Order: sequence, then structure tokens, then C-alpha cells
Amino acid sequence: MKILRAFISMDSRRKKVVITTKLMLAASALVCALLFVIILILFSGSLPLLKQESIINILFSSFWNPGKGGFGLYPIIIGTVYVTGIAMLFSVPVSILSSIYIAEYAEGRVRNIIKSFVDVLAGVPSVVYGMCAIIVLVPLVRDYMAPFLGATSTGFCILTAGMILAIMVFPIIISICVDVFRAVPNELREVSYAIGATKWETIKHVVFRAAFPGVSSAVLLGFGRAFGETMAVCMVVGNIPRLSSSVFEPGTTLAAFIATNFGEMMSVPFYYSAMMLMALILILVVLIFNIIAKIIIRKSYGGGGR
Amino acid sequence: MPAPQIVTRDLNLWIGEKHILKNINIEIPKKEIAAIIGPSGCGKTTLLKCFNRLIDLTENVKVKGKVIVDGENIFDPDIKMIDLPRIREKMGLLSQRPYPLPMSIYDNVAYGPRIHCRLKKKDLDETVKHYLEAAGLWNEVKDRLKDPATSLSVGQQQRLCLARGLAVEPEVILCDEPTSALDPNATRKIEELLVKLKKDYTIILVTHTLRQAKKIADYAGFVYFGELIEQGPADEVLVNPKEKLTKEYIQG
Amino acid sequence: MNFRTIEENIFKILMFISLIAVMGSLIGIMAVVLIKGGAALSIGMVTTPPESGYYLGGEGGILNAIVGSVYLASGATVLAFFISIAIAIYLQREFTSSKAAGIIRTSLDMLWGIPSIVYGVFCFIVMMYLGIGTCLLAGIIALTMIEIPIMTRGMDEAIKMVPPELKESTYVLGSNRIETAIKVVLRQGLPGITSAVLLAFGRGIGDAASILFTAGFSDHIPASLFDSAAALPTMIFFLSALPSPEVRDRAYAAAFILLSIVLLISLASRLLTNKFSRYIIK
Repeated sequence: MKILRAFISMDSRRKKVVITTKLMLAASALVCALLFVIILILFSGSLPLLKQESIINILFSSFWNPGKGGFGLYPIIIGTVYVTGIAMLFSVPVSILSSIYIAEYAEGRVRNIIKSFVDVLAGVPSVVYGMCAIIVLVPLVRDYMAPFLGATSTGFCILTAGMILAIMVFPIIISICVDVFRAVPNELREVSYAIGATKWETIKHVVFRAAFPGVSSAVLLGFGRAFGETMAVCMVVGNIPRLSSSVFEPGTTLAAFIATNFGEMMSVPFYYSAMMLMALILILVVLIFNIIAKIIIRKSYGGGGR
Repeated sequence: MPAPQIVTRDLNLWIGEKHILKNINIEIPKKEIAAIIGPSGCGKTTLLKCFNRLIDLTENVKVKGKVIVDGENIFDPDIKMIDLPRIREKMGLLSQRPYPLPMSIYDNVAYGPRIHCRLKKKDLDETVKHYLEAAGLWNEVKDRLKDPATSLSVGQQQRLCLARGLAVEPEVILCDEPTSALDPNATRKIEELLVKLKKDYTIILVTHTLRQAKKIADYAGFVYFGELIEQGPADEVLVNPKEKLTKEYIQG
Repeated sequence: MNFRTIEENIFKILMFISLIAVMGSLIGIMAVVLIKGGAALSIGMVTTPPESGYYLGGEGGILNAIVGSVYLASGATVLAFFISIAIAIYLQREFTSSKAAGIIRTSLDMLWGIPSIVYGVFCFIVMMYLGIGTCLLAGIIALTMIEIPIMTRGMDEAIKMVPPELKESTYVLGSNRIETAIKVVLRQGLPGITSAVLLAFGRGIGDAASILFTAGFSDHIPASLFDSAAALPTMIFFLSALPSPEVRDRAYAAAFILLSIVLLISLASRLLTNKFSRYIIK
């Protein structure tokens, strides 16, 4: 009551401050809580299945036949690892090398143009990437790459998904790495040159080493993005929850599977739970990578702020 | 001497571990120009920021003691954050680097009046004109009131900030080395303005140019590494100081 | 020619190849969409919704998806704007302690990385619980959740750059924190805030995973918040999977439209940022 009386006796300007501040606090609290709410709800959705079968069974069994009670997620998880792994294999070296060029070799105008390119790449919607993958990469794999290596493939396979994912991850790693390289103080470079090192040696031994935490965290964030990417992958990966023996075979990932099969789950018992579990795994893995990335940054560059 | 405008009693201030202000007991007379002099980085600006509690915005600040403005201790623990605007209204601030608001020249001066009262457009126009005249800027900007404030020269921006500060009708004008970013011509204009304004306002001027203090100050205080060494009428402190440290500083 | 120079040259070549790969990818994507999409584009596509049999080669267009996308992204961006600006202003030193601000920023960073399909699944669960079917409103809410971390991050950066002395000079005029925030901080940060909003909008209009189960799909232009709604990304997704090549062409045309919108937003962001910089102090 005392608070209310104090509030009413305030003039209108102060009232506005009090009300607005409370609203802003509410918005912030809501957003902070959202993360936990999502995890909580996904977890409670997964509970029926988790109570039914042990988590080890679910994660490591290959028996996927929901109609017969088979919820072995192993093929789907492995598929995700394969696709993400291929994507990172292609993307990390290319992105880092590009970043080095952009940050250390390119001059003002050229750098800006390339940075604009990268920014545009970052804005391209996932379905457009998927569509382009269908038009360009699927025939490429089917008609050239697979036969070249003595395999047959429809083109809708793990390799194709990995390749388009690699392109999607470029902008994330590049934009962070360029910033990190540019943030390395020039004094460090000067010291290296003074010893007689060439530009490349300076980059290799000094700049890269100094920027390493930032680069690692960029890679981790890129990994997180690749792990959870849905649309482009599900358009080209073949969508078959089976353990593939080669990258030219179709497979699936957690995200792609959820997207493709979400409609079917209503009729089969425990299917819903399995989907929730998959979404839960997705969010937890991505979160872990993000948290590790953040910890690396905090430890190396000192506390405080992003 | 009539009752001083501001009195500090045993004012001590720490930023983190550093003891910035040590037992300051200063008295600022009404409607005069009080200069606070001393070597750089020894707390002059911090002291100034205590007078209107702007120091609250710095992190890790601890304050002990009283700052009494017109009989009210503004560091009284009962005062809440929401009261601060009222306390700050009494003081205007002219900072080292002019910070024009990101709006037109007109809107800069009108900012304060618009917040505090609802004026009709005609009255607002009059108010803006009046204070731009008081700051000696009217003739230079009367034809381009809607232009961005950033289109003015640095000296003009400083006078704009002065006009802006006067428009909320403070009793005190705090000046933190207001001419350090200005050329000699602009500096002279500001100094003349301050002398003209002391008729109606108490002015506290932090400066590290003795020349400026000698030229326009009526009262002076010498702060040396957080301690107030000496204070008194300007003729005494700046020409014939009693303390040894003050003498050494004056002589250079 | 010693080993050091050889190594340097090898890496220079590798760097060059990498750069070509990156820029080439972008050029490739734009070329594919432009050529194949442009070829299939027609006025009819943009002005009519699909008639029955559209997906088998029949008449009609994708107006349902275009309008749906505009509704979804605009609704989400407006909603996200109010929440994001509130949080961004609140993150200033004047309102929260560094510790609290750190917690909020970390939460936002975590939310930023969550795959959009998870947001879609989450919203779907809530919808099921409330007994609502797929609708425009659900899609808007899902997109809002995706846009908030992106928008708030950009706004936060813009507001952090506002010089504290600028804010101080308004406080001495007797301005309170809210008046200063709205009249001065937002104005000074306007270029950055605008680009944050447009960036989020661009992301919102392109996302498919979150609206797949929340906004659903429909051949009709949504007439109310509770109708299902198609959007350009979902339309592209469905059309791409169909067997007939003429129908797949329509997917390319839809992609052309979508990509054009995204590029236009990028351009608009640059232009507006310059325009809004007129009054701010540098």
C-alpha cells in the first residue's frame, strides 16, 4: 500500500519512468526465461519415451521403426555427425584462409567489397541454398563425383548436404575471423617483421596464434549452426534414417528428420516423444558448443562484454 | 560574505581503491565566478561532478561526507535515483568537449524547456531566441535554426551547449575546462560570456590555465592531488597565496 | 627460391583458391537464381494465388506466399522491435548492473544460436496445448522469437556506442533516463538500430523451418490471424520437391523474388543508415 500511495503521488514524468522501467525489466526477464522454458518443455515432451526405454538404447540403437516401437536414433545422430563433419572439413580451411587474405592482404576498398559479398551470403535464405544445391550440386555429385570415385549415387546424399552446408557456414566463420585478425595489435606484427620474418611467417606464427581463441570460437559457432541447419540439408540429403556406408548414400540429420517427418508423428505412439527428444538433443548440443565458444573468448580476451 | 551556494563538508570520494577526493571542505559563493585550479588529473573534474551528482554514473564510486546545496545535502542517503533529475536541474554543465544533441540547433536549446513545461510554439520560439542571445550565438544561427547542431564550428557548439544549459534556468553553471578544445578567439568569447552571466548565475570554473583563472575568477580554490590546499578570494589565492604548495603551483 | 618463399607462395595460392570458392559460391547462387528464376518469372506469378492443380502444372501464381511472407515477417519484426528496443535500452548502465546485463546478454547469445526448427517445434507444442491449429499468428510468434536475439544484439551494439558524455549532458538538463533514452540515445543510435531491424526482417522473411508447422501452408491469401498462411520459403520448399520440371521452375521464380527482397533490404539498410546519420555526432 505504501508503494502504491507513493506511486500515485508521483508526478507524471516520474510515473512514466517507473512504468517503463518495469516493462523493460519484464521484457528482459521474459527473454532470459525463454531459453529455460524451451528446454523444459522439450524435456517434458521427451519423458514418455525416456521412461519407456533407456537413453543408451535410444541413442545407440540402429533399429528405427516407429510403428514397431523401434526408436534407435543412432543412424540419425551419425548422419548428423557425418553431414556436419563434411561441412566443417570443407568450410574451416577455406574460411580461415579466406579470412587471412581479407584481413591481412586485401586493402581498404577490396576488403570492403569482399566483406559485402560475405554479408550478402549470410543473408541468403536456407531454402534458396537448398534449391541451388538441387540444381547444381545434385547433378555434380550424381554425374561427376560419384562415377569418378567408382560409386553410384542419386546425388541426394550426405556429401551433397555437407557441401551446401559448408557454403552456408562460410559467412559465420569468415566474419568473426576477420574481426579477430584485425583486432590483433599491429605492434605484434611489427615485432615479428623487425626480426626479419616474412609476411606469411608473421601471420602463421604471430597473428594466427594471437587470434587462435577467436578463430576456435568462430569454428565452434559455425559447427553449431551446421549442426542445426534444417531446410537446405533436408532438401538434398535423401531423408532415409539408415546408417549409410558411404557419403554417396542418402542419410538424414536430426533437424532434417524433424522437418520431414513432423506430420507423421501424431498417429504413432511415442513418435512424438522421439521428436521432442531429437529437438532436445539439437538444442543441447548447439548450446554446449556456444557455451564453450563463449568460455574460450572470455578466458583469452579477459572478462567483460561480448 | 552572504550564504554560500554550495558547501562541502569532509567530502571523501573513492573510485575503486583509489582515494580521489580527500576531506574537501569548500565553500562556493553565490553569483560569483569560482575557479578551481590545480594540476591535471588530481580530482578537479571529479569534485565538479559531485556538485550535481553526475559522479553517480561512474562505476565503483564511494562517497562519504556532505555536499550541501542551498541547505540541502544532496548526498543524503534518503535521496533515491528518481529524485536526481530534480537535484540536477539546479546546475548546468559545460563540458570540455561540446556535446550537441543529435538534433537541430533549435531542438538542442528547446530540449530542456520541452521536458519541463508545455510551451506554445510562439513561447518556445521566444525562449530559444532568448537563450541563444544570452549565449551570444543568436546572430550567427538565426537563419539556420533547423540545421543539425553538428554543422556548427566547435566554438559555436560550445556556445550552443551553454544556451542549452541556460534554457533550463539553473542557478549554478558548472564549467569543466570549457575552453580547452577552442581556439583563442572562441575562448575569449566564452570568457566574456561567463563574466556577463555571473550577474545572474553562480559559476564554478574548473581550469588548468592560470591565465584564465586570473582573468575572470572572483573566488578560487586550489586542489592538489585530491586535497583542497587553499581557498579564498581570487586576488589572494592566485596572486598572493598563503600556502607553500599554492605558491609553487602559481609560479610554475 | 628457398623453402620459406615456396611455403608462402603455396599458401597464397591456397588463399586465393579459397577466396574464389567463397565468392564463386555467392556468384553461383545469384546466377542460378537469376537465370533460372528470372526465366520462369511472370506477372501472373506475382499477382495471382495458385489455383487448384497449380502444383501439377496448372494455372495461378504464388501471391498467397508473397502476401503471407510479408504478413509474417512484418508482424514478427514489429513485435520483435518493441521487445528488443526495450531490452536494448534496459541493458544500459543507467538501468541495470553489469552483472544483470551480462546475464541478459548471455541469454540472448544462447537464444541466437538455437536452430530455427527448435523454435518451430516449441511453438507447435504450445499451439497443441492451447488447441490451436496452424495459423498466421503462430507463425508470427515463432518468427518473433527468432528475430529478437538478432535485433537486440544489433541495437545493443548501437546503443553501447553512444558516448556517455552525451547522455550526461542531458541528465544535467534535468532529463530522466527514459526521456534521454528515447529522445537522445535512440536518435544517436538510429543508424545502427535501423540496420539491426532490417537485418532481422531479412532473416524473418527467409526462414522456413520455424513456420513449417506453425504457419502451416495454404493456397489462399490469409484473411485473418487465424488462417494458415503460406510463405515464400515454404512455397520454395514444397515446389522444389515436386517431380514436374515446369513446376520446379516456379520454385526458382519464387526464389528469385525472395532473394530480390533480401538483397533490397540489404541495400535499403545501407541507404537508410547513411540518411539517418545526418544529425548524429561523430
